[in-house]
Amino acid sequence: MLYRETGQFKRNYAADQQLFPIFQDKILLAAILVVALAVIPFVINDYWSKAILLPFMVYALVALGLNILVGYCGQISLGTGGFMAVGAYSSYKLCTAFPELNLIFVIIFSGGCTAAVGVLFGLPSLRIKGFYLAVATLAAQFFLIWMFNKVPWFYNYEMSQITAPPREVFGFLVSGPQAEPAAQYLFVLGFIIVFTWIALNLVRGRIGRGWMSIRDMDIAAELLGIRPLQTKLLAFAVSSFYIGMGGAIIFHIWLGTVEATEAFDILQSFFVLFAIIIGGLGSVLGSFLGAAFMALMPVGLKVVLVDWIGMVPVTAKHIEFMLVGSLIIFFLIKEPHGLARMWQITKEKLRLWPFPY
Amino acid sequence: MRLTKASIAIAAAGVIAGAAWAETARADYDAYTVPNLVYRTGAYAPNGIPLANGFIDYFNMLNERDGGIEGIKVDVVECETGYNTKVSVECYENLKNEGQSGALVFNPHSTGVTYALIPKASEDKIPILSMGYGRTSAADGTVFPYIFNFPATYWSQASAFVKYVGEKEGGMENLKGKKIALVFHNSAYGKEPIKTLETLGAKYGFELMLLPVDHPGQEQKATWLQVRRGKPDWIFMWGWGVMNQVAIKEAAAIRFPMDKFIGVWWSGSENDVAPAGPAANGYLAGTMHAPGADFEALNEIKAHVYAKGNGAGEEGRVGEVLYNRGMLEAIFTAEAMRNAIKIHGTKDIRGEHVRDGFEAIDLKEADFDRLGLKNFMKPIKITCEDHEGGGPIAIQQWDAAAGKWNIVSEWIEPMHDVVRALVKEDAAAYAKENNITPRTCS
Repeated sequence: MLYRETGQFKRNYAADQQLFPIFQDKILLAAILVVALAVIPFVINDYWSKAILLPFMVYALVALGLNILVGYCGQISLGTGGFMAVGAYSSYKLCTAFPELNLIFVIIFSGGCTAAVGVLFGLPSLRIKGFYLAVATLAAQFFLIWMFNKVPWFYNYEMSQITAPPREVFGFLVSGPQAEPAAQYLFVLGFIIVFTWIALNLVRGRIGRGWMSIRDMDIAAELLGIRPLQTKLLAFAVSSFYIGMGGAIIFHIWLGTVEATEAFDILQSFFVLFAIIIGGLGSVLGSFLGAAFMALMPVGLKVVLVDWIGMVPVTAKHIEFMLVGSLIIFFLIKEPHGLARMWQITKEKLRLWPFPY
Repeated sequence: MRLTKASIAIAAAGVIAGAAWAETARADYDAYTVPNLVYRTGAYAPNGIPLANGFIDYFNMLNERDGGIEGIKVDVVECETGYNTKVSVECYENLKNEGQSGALVFNPHSTGVTYALIPKASEDKIPILSMGYGRTSAADGTVFPYIFNFPATYWSQASAFVKYVGEKEGGMENLKGKKIALVFHNSAYGKEPIKTLETLGAKYGFELMLLPVDHPGQEQKATWLQVRRGKPDWIFMWGWGVMNQVAIKEAAAIRFPMDKFIGVWWSGSENDVAPAGPAANGYLAGTMHAPGADFEALNEIKAHVYAKGNGAGEEGRVGEVLYNRGMLEAIFTAEAMRNAIKIHGTKDIRGEHVRDGFEAIDLKEADFDRLGLKNFMKPIKITCEDHEGGGPIAIQQWDAAAGKWNIVSEWIEPMHDVVRALVKEDAAAYAKENNITPRTCS
């Protein structure tokens, strides 16, 4: 009843090809955008920004990037943390070498640097597949982190812990301690909206179909005329581009200071991989849901256990470890295709509501 | 007429009621909020637990014995970070406005986290007490008004170690041609002393050998193979958590003389030496305070907290090195709060007032006696310019048979001339990079 597309006819090709063809989806999206753009900026404070919204948005961007590689193109990667570090350190080098450069371009260019590095480490994917590729990308993770800690050029011969200098965008400070939470939030939100839109269009077009055919069966895809070299490397490039931007945003906006060994270690790679598996492989929406689950669940549990129930923080932490672990197992048993699939099923059910059969 | 009288009466009653209400509204806080970023989980928990216990036990003792500070209870709010920067940032944002007073001070308990919180806390006007760790150049109070790293920085400590080695070698001139290895946690923390040691190496002619150990430091075979090959005369260690015990075990395995192996004061607790057993006998470590449980303050904690079953840990572990250090953090915090109340003449203090309290810390021998800490540490004085204090550093030695630490050196003055120059230089670079105008202290 609530969710029925009966009667929504498409009268031309443009209408048929739009991103959100269903009227109810449009309303939902519009509502989310109105809240995100017109309500949150006025009520946001430091806590909501630094502890909840920025982590969620950054991880959503990174998960989206990894989902393009793993979910759409079927190439397993454990190098996410390393690629995030490439983004962070190249943005540091760029913004200290060119202080006049607008932060928007700094972040996009550092995405570009990461894409180049990603292509380099993607080359083995032509020969090695599946778990073996995971091991190769794991090597990327360890090598990159080692390099950023070892080679002083990357941190300008100072502390190995790099610190983001204050920068303005359109007259608003977005990085540095004086930055207003609303400005930081809107800056990142802008990236999220633009690059989600790009990703949505990429994955449903020729390029995305190429990725998916490689994922589903690479030999058949080759026979169909899809070139594995270009397709796989493009997936690595686009994926690393997103991940690199995420790393740059973590450094400039969220934390303001990072150390490669601590902020981008192997656990980050697992974290993002878990996020897309729980959220849903091969789904843009899944990247967002997975990032929300992984980034916000610990904070939510802490609020409930410590602030509401009044538990000792360390006990709460132990319970959190157990609960997050068992929730992951629960969701994977209940719905192996992730939270995105659950939303799909909910939509199906809403179609029939209140008269299920 | 009647009406007027009545209205006057009503008005008077209103004024009195209003005044009374305003009085209650202006009344003092119910409690002061002192958050503590702790890690009782993860690879650094063995060191994090006694540190956190000492801190909370001292404030609980003050609450029990004196009813808090100047009659207002202290609410220590712990936040579990697991030594993780991202979680610590979340904790900081969550707790900075906690309670009526807001957070009065933050103890990050990690050099990486200190770096992350320095800009934000300075902006939020909340002092950070990174006692003997964190950013060394924060010792310059003109550039870092809200950051305190007394009683001594890593650079001071490194210079004191070099002095100690010089003394043992029979004079600073004998350092020429000697080889000192630095085994360090491969992070901003572990790399802190490198610059100072390089400067001193050039000055005194000793060779510095750098041996990084990656987090968390459970695997160090390769490092100690290099030690065997390189044959250093002395080893300094900047380690933390599980890395310490592994290093001491490995050093014992290659039969490196323990009395030529000096750990930073974060590598010198019971947890670090115990796993190596008798082989750790003679291992040296820096310290800022005396070890052991023979202090009046610790007896008070036992009497008021543990006797009532409110202790945070086991009573037998009261008096361990890191427990004492956690308590010392609490003592400095409490003294700063008392100073703040005195300076500003109000009990409604906030973070910025406590900052002034820290800058007024001037503890003499008599003050340590008053605190029940006779001969616990050397007098310390913090000023607006000097947030380090630069207090003297002692070397303690592990006696494996007795299972306790003993101070074996004189209190060594760091080489202030070398260190202060490096601090000024680094602080000026930070100020320039972040558009900070150093304040004037007068």
